Amino acid sequence: MKVLSLNFLSCAVKGCKSSSDSYPLHPKDAELVQDDIEVNAQLLINLLPRIDWTALTTTATELGFPALPPQAPTPEELEADEAKLKDLHHLLMETQIMEGKLVCASCGHEYAVREGIANFLLPSHLV
Amino acid sequence: MSRPEDTLSADVHYDDVEARKYTTSSRIQNIQASMAHRALELLDLSSPSLILDVGCGSGLSGEILSSLPPEEGGPHVWIGMDVSASMLDVALQRDVEGDLLLADIGQGVPFRAGTFDAAISISAIQWLCNAESSDVSPQGRLSRFFNGLYASLKRGGRAVCQFYPKNDEQKKMITGAAVKAGFGAGLLEDDPDTKNVKVYLVLTVGQAVVNGQTGDITGVVKGMDNVDVMDARRKASSGKGEIKKGSKAWIMHKKEQMERKGKVVKSTSKYTGRKRRIAF
Ligand SMILES: C[S@@+](CC[C@H](N)C(=O)[O-])C[C@H]1O[C@@H](n2cnc3c(N)ncnc32)[C@H](O)[C@@H]1O
Ligand SMILES: [Zn+2]
Repeated sequence: MKVLSLNFLSCAVKGCKSSSDSYPLHPKDAELVQDDIEVNAQLLINLLPRIDWTALTTTATELGFPALPPQAPTPEELEADEAKLKDLHHLLMETQIMEGKLVCASCGHEYAVREGIANFLLPSHLV
Repeated sequence: MSRPEDTLSADVHYDDVEARKYTTSSRIQNIQASMAHRALELLDLSSPSLILDVGCGSGLSGEILSSLPPEEGGPHVWIGMDVSASMLDVALQRDVEGDLLLADIGQGVPFRAGTFDAAISISAIQWLCNAESSDVSPQGRLSRFFNGLYASLKRGGRAVCQFYPKNDEQKKMITGAAVKAGFGAGLLEDDPDTKNVKVYLVLTVGQAVVNGQTGDITGVVKGMDNVDVMDARRKASSGKGEIKKGSKAWIMHKKEQMERKGKVVKSTSKYTGRKRRIAF
């Protein structure tokens, strides 16, 4: 599971949708791998306004990355600064959680991640 | 043809053996690829986008998204949802580029609002009409799916779902559920009235204004490529009003333009510019 996906996923449990604590999910016992993926600059620039920077900062810290700048770069800054683009690409696209759990801070539900695939199947009483 | 979706749930049908058989069949690979291409064409994305692949399986459809060259607006990045662990396992072995989620779309779509530029679904959503093994009705599952899909798409986003309806009633049930969730919806049929008919549910989020029409669900599909209508706005801006957009003449003209620019174009066939039946 890419950090990118984590920035967009929220808890699927009934009743959690209205709680602000249900996003972002928090990685627990996470094993990371770094993949080598070609930079898709246009995609990152397209996505940037949709990235929740506060949540990304939380995730980065929880995964042991150095602190992100407090403000998201603007698309123009990203386009002009290759190092910035590479850093963001590395965090969002190349960093993957292979094993571990994603925990909802609102209801406590733990979504297991195995071989990079997060399990979002819920028992029917939680839907 | 037998319909496994009438008797089994998807995760039971797509076990390890079936998942492998499905994915290695070159006939299936070809059909899924061509339908994914068709869906992409209907999405009409001009730059690399974040796409949800609903019922992504072993990645036959998703692969088309990540391998789209820059000249055609790609490559896209996709996230796939599937309920069959065996299908996802095959996807892992094939080292697909999309991120994968083990999830039942009948339980909803667990992404925050406005996540995706677009969504595709190839040969999956008819499975939602089977509720044999669950304690929820097909209507309930369809409504969770379409409500979740609607919220997860950005405003102005589109979704294209190719599916195999069992009959007209099922077609209506699925389309009705999408409309109820707030989508503008149109059904497009390729090769209508043949045994190879392919049904595409084309969905838009927000009021897509096409030819000044809003809300009207036929209007949504009418503005798209390969559907034979006049597009007044484009005509006005390009000044070339004599060729109908989407007509055979228009496509031939486009192809010539592309070829002159040195681009590879699909060879012209009996299908080129042919009318497709639009229901609704
Ligand atoms: C015919 S396969 C198509 C796979 C892929 N889209 C392709 O083009 O090859 C249908 C897929 O839909 C999935 N599916 C069926 N019901 C589902 C559900 N409720 N939630 C998620 N996936 C589902 C199945 O597990 C299966 O992998
Ligand atoms: Zn929760």
